[in-house]
Amino acid sequence: MTTTLLGESVRSIATPAIDWHALAPAIVIVATILAILVAELVSGRRDPGRTSTIAAIGLLATLVPVATLAHDGADRVLFGGAFVVDDYSLALTAFFVLATYITVLLSVDYIAEGDYYRGEFYLLLLTATLGMVIMASARDLITLFVALETISIPTFVLAAFRKHDRASNEAGVKYYVIGVLSSAIMLYGMSLIFGVTGTTLLTGISDRIGAISDEPLVVVGIFLALVGFAFKVSAVPFHWWAPDTYEGAPTPVTAYLSVASKAGGFVALISIVYFGFLGDDGSAAHAWWPWIWILAAASMTLGNLAALRQTNVVRMLAYSSIAQGGFMLVPFAAAGIAAADGRTDVAATAMGAVVVYLLVYGVMNLGAFAVIIGVARRTGSAEMSSFAGLFRTTPVLAVAMTAFMAALAGIPPLGGWFAKFVMFRSIVDAGTGWGIGLAVLAAVNSVVAFFYYFRVVTEMWFRPAADDAEEPIRMPHALVAAIAITSALVLIVGVFPQIFGRVGDAAF
Amino acid sequence: MDHSWFDSWALTLVVFTPLVGAAIVMLLPRESESTVKLVALLTTLLTLGWTVGILTGFDYDKSEKLQFTVNKSWIDVINSRYHLAIDGISLPLLALSALITVLCVIYSWNHFPEPHNPKAFLALVLILEVGMNGTFLAQDLILFFIFFEVVLLPMFFMIGVWGGPNRIYASIKFFLFTLFGSALMLISFLALYFKVDVDPLVRGAQHSFDMVLLTRAGGAGIARATANLIFAGMFIGFAIKVPMFPFHTWLPDAHTEAPTVGSVLLAAVLLKLGTYGFVRIALPMLPEAAESWAPWIGLLAVIGIIYGALGCLAQSDMKRLIAFSSVAHMGFVMLAIATLTSAGVNAAVFGMVAHGLITGMLFFLAGSVQHAYHTREMSRLGGLLIQAPKMGWILGFCAMASLGLPGLAGFWGEFPALLAAFQPAPGLSDAVFRTYMVIGGLGTVLAAGYLLWMLQKVAFGRPKPEFADAHIHDVSTFEWIAWTPILLLIVLLGILPNIIFSVTDPAVLRIMAPFS
Repeated sequence: MTTTLLGESVRSIATPAIDWHALAPAIVIVATILAILVAELVSGRRDPGRTSTIAAIGLLATLVPVATLAHDGADRVLFGGAFVVDDYSLALTAFFVLATYITVLLSVDYIAEGDYYRGEFYLLLLTATLGMVIMASARDLITLFVALETISIPTFVLAAFRKHDRASNEAGVKYYVIGVLSSAIMLYGMSLIFGVTGTTLLTGISDRIGAISDEPLVVVGIFLALVGFAFKVSAVPFHWWAPDTYEGAPTPVTAYLSVASKAGGFVALISIVYFGFLGDDGSAAHAWWPWIWILAAASMTLGNLAALRQTNVVRMLAYSSIAQGGFMLVPFAAAGIAAADGRTDVAATAMGAVVVYLLVYGVMNLGAFAVIIGVARRTGSAEMSSFAGLFRTTPVLAVAMTAFMAALAGIPPLGGWFAKFVMFRSIVDAGTGWGIGLAVLAAVNSVVAFFYYFRVVTEMWFRPAADDAEEPIRMPHALVAAIAITSALVLIVGVFPQIFGRVGDAAF
Repeated sequence: MDHSWFDSWALTLVVFTPLVGAAIVMLLPRESESTVKLVALLTTLLTLGWTVGILTGFDYDKSEKLQFTVNKSWIDVINSRYHLAIDGISLPLLALSALITVLCVIYSWNHFPEPHNPKAFLALVLILEVGMNGTFLAQDLILFFIFFEVVLLPMFFMIGVWGGPNRIYASIKFFLFTLFGSALMLISFLALYFKVDVDPLVRGAQHSFDMVLLTRAGGAGIARATANLIFAGMFIGFAIKVPMFPFHTWLPDAHTEAPTVGSVLLAAVLLKLGTYGFVRIALPMLPEAAESWAPWIGLLAVIGIIYGALGCLAQSDMKRLIAFSSVAHMGFVMLAIATLTSAGVNAAVFGMVAHGLITGMLFFLAGSVQHAYHTREMSRLGGLLIQAPKMGWILGFCAMASLGLPGLAGFWGEFPALLAAFQPAPGLSDAVFRTYMVIGGLGTVLAAGYLLWMLQKVAFGRPKPEFADAHIHDVSTFEWIAWTPILLLIVLLGILPNIIFSVTDPAVLRIMAPFS
């Protein structure tokens, strides 16, 4: 009797029920990482083109289990609720994988021509992506934190990848110091929340936090966790590392940081806020929405004002991504305001709006970086002036860049308008004076944003090319593919937003 | 004959045929200029053909009814549908837009401004037409918003690439003003969506972007203060587009710098998107708020009339003068709308068409004068009647039409507008609007003043010494083809204004029902 009991318990410890299908996307990425490692070892530096191919194929292969899981449709809960595969996590997994795929397309020629270590580059890139894929499913403070660190640590190294360049080293160091600091703050906040609620599971926190949401420890815990995330998504006033890091890092890495890595931070924020801090029927929402309101207002306003003054396009896009982050925080504020009123259905659509915004922003920003990398191949810099006369010399590239800039500015019929629209919809739906105030501020800011996005457009269309830049720009195939994919998506989403809109809707 | 196919496709065709044309133009190589021009011309002609088909298929006995309706699912997640339809208000404006675009393509045939590039220029004109036609036909607020915005980029590039010396400043100013307005407009649309209760009209549909439903709801369920705020947002959006004083400052710059065709399209069609928005959206969807705002709109309108006229008298550039005259003329349209009477709105729609034809024509003329003399400074011009008599006479004719001479189209926009101000809708102060009427009447006198002054400067007298020996081309064949339809219409509508009034009146009555 005892032996059988003991035997059973041992067996149950030794073989916990693992749903391998649910883990398949992460497993495919791990296999790809190992394959890159082996290929690098075998071929050394002689034939390193192979590693980018393996990375690209591996990423596309990841989409297969994602598709089968989506087809299956059932929500899968693993590890006692710490890891959940549902429509939300699948949509974001697909997004992370595709964004990384496009980053690989952006990197191929840049890394090959710059004579960098290629195997390591793709290895680190995919490791960060692995963190993101786990992040999409994480529903527990510890899993969330581990995923966040799996994203951060490889990207510290990636930011400093141009070893002989001081700016790149500075970028890496700044990013590292801030990353560690923010992790520490966040972890402290999480530990306080764990202390008062007695659980790390987000659903458990949600059940218990409502009743104690006015306790100082909870208030401080939530505040510190939010500050940590504010660093990760570079929200004002925790943003100052971002422009230097973005400018110094290799441009494809900057694209990756500003899209995928930022999205990772936002996904963590969605999970912790929506699944955890909302509390039962929004009972804890009042404890945090004012903080997010301030972060959103400050990020979009100050990000915009700083972007206005930039003369370097990459730096301009760094500040623009801070401002766009502010727009993405608006639905969080909307969710909080509405939930505090007891309207949790509004909170759900608001989170859908964040997801839609992330997807659309990712597409248009990656496209813009693809063009910048292409233009910088000729001039070696991403100064505004290197875009002068692009419409005469390489009209296709100018039209594509115009589409991305107009999309980022939110001008219909290009994709960005729908992202802005769902953002506005969530905050207008939340109502109240605070909500409408934020909506008007966002409206004014989206007009200011036009100014700096269209400075690039003005250079391309209205100014003559420099004397040494009369020749059309030749683009490598990978960049052409990246631009083709992103510009097609920007246009399709703009005209038939239903496609992305349904993702946001299904997720919540 | 079976009309059912055309009935369900006509509006889609009229909106998207130019887009297909633009795509073809963009795919053609830049060198084959004649093919590019031909494709653009055929596209606009085909679009005009669809419009003629709509004009003949339209049931004039039921012009208050929305016809040729298409209502298909588009963005379900936000409850927005692809809903196009046409009634007596949209019909004349669509016809104006389709006609003017054809004429612009013909006019630019040999007249491409620097830096040439007909391929890009015509592609932009065609994309512009998509936005213009779509705005007049959309029956869903989001669809309306999209089309309203589609016109921005083409016009921005048209001014910025092909414009005058100060083009970059002008193009950015144009874009910035309009964008600011439309951002607030979008928030107002969203507020309408969430606040207006359409449940009594359609069971189970709590919120809707459908313009037909929102018009029928007439702002039901919104508190007056909220409605006033929402109206304010829409007001700024539309008033910037019109443009009304004090939001007009982008217009003189944009017009002065824009290439001729850009100016024509801007004056003839784009400005009407704003006034059309008032008539189609702001007034019928929030009638109570419109009533609170009407005296202020009327005030800004008459300030615009006087300010525009005085602005004209201060100009030395012929094109800038015509631009300021637009501010004054659109002031009359807005005054007519502010009366909130069906007579006023009828006058407004007529005024839109008349202003589109006359001011569009004046901008054509300004362009041709500049082409001939390489200047628009009126102090350097003179004696056009001697050097190019046909052009001079046409200029005289258009000046007469623009100052509102009875018997020409301009009269029927302005005179009924003033008449409507004599008796505004019940609930509005007679005294206030009669004061506006008197001030507006003064505006017509000033209009006669500045137009005759321009005519005298440009056409009368002897040519200045610097141009005395210059060989000035009179009206060319392409110009004749482009201008004749406009000139004929100015006369025709002047003699038979009922062509338009009979179409618009039933539709206006339906929309203005809440005010009577």
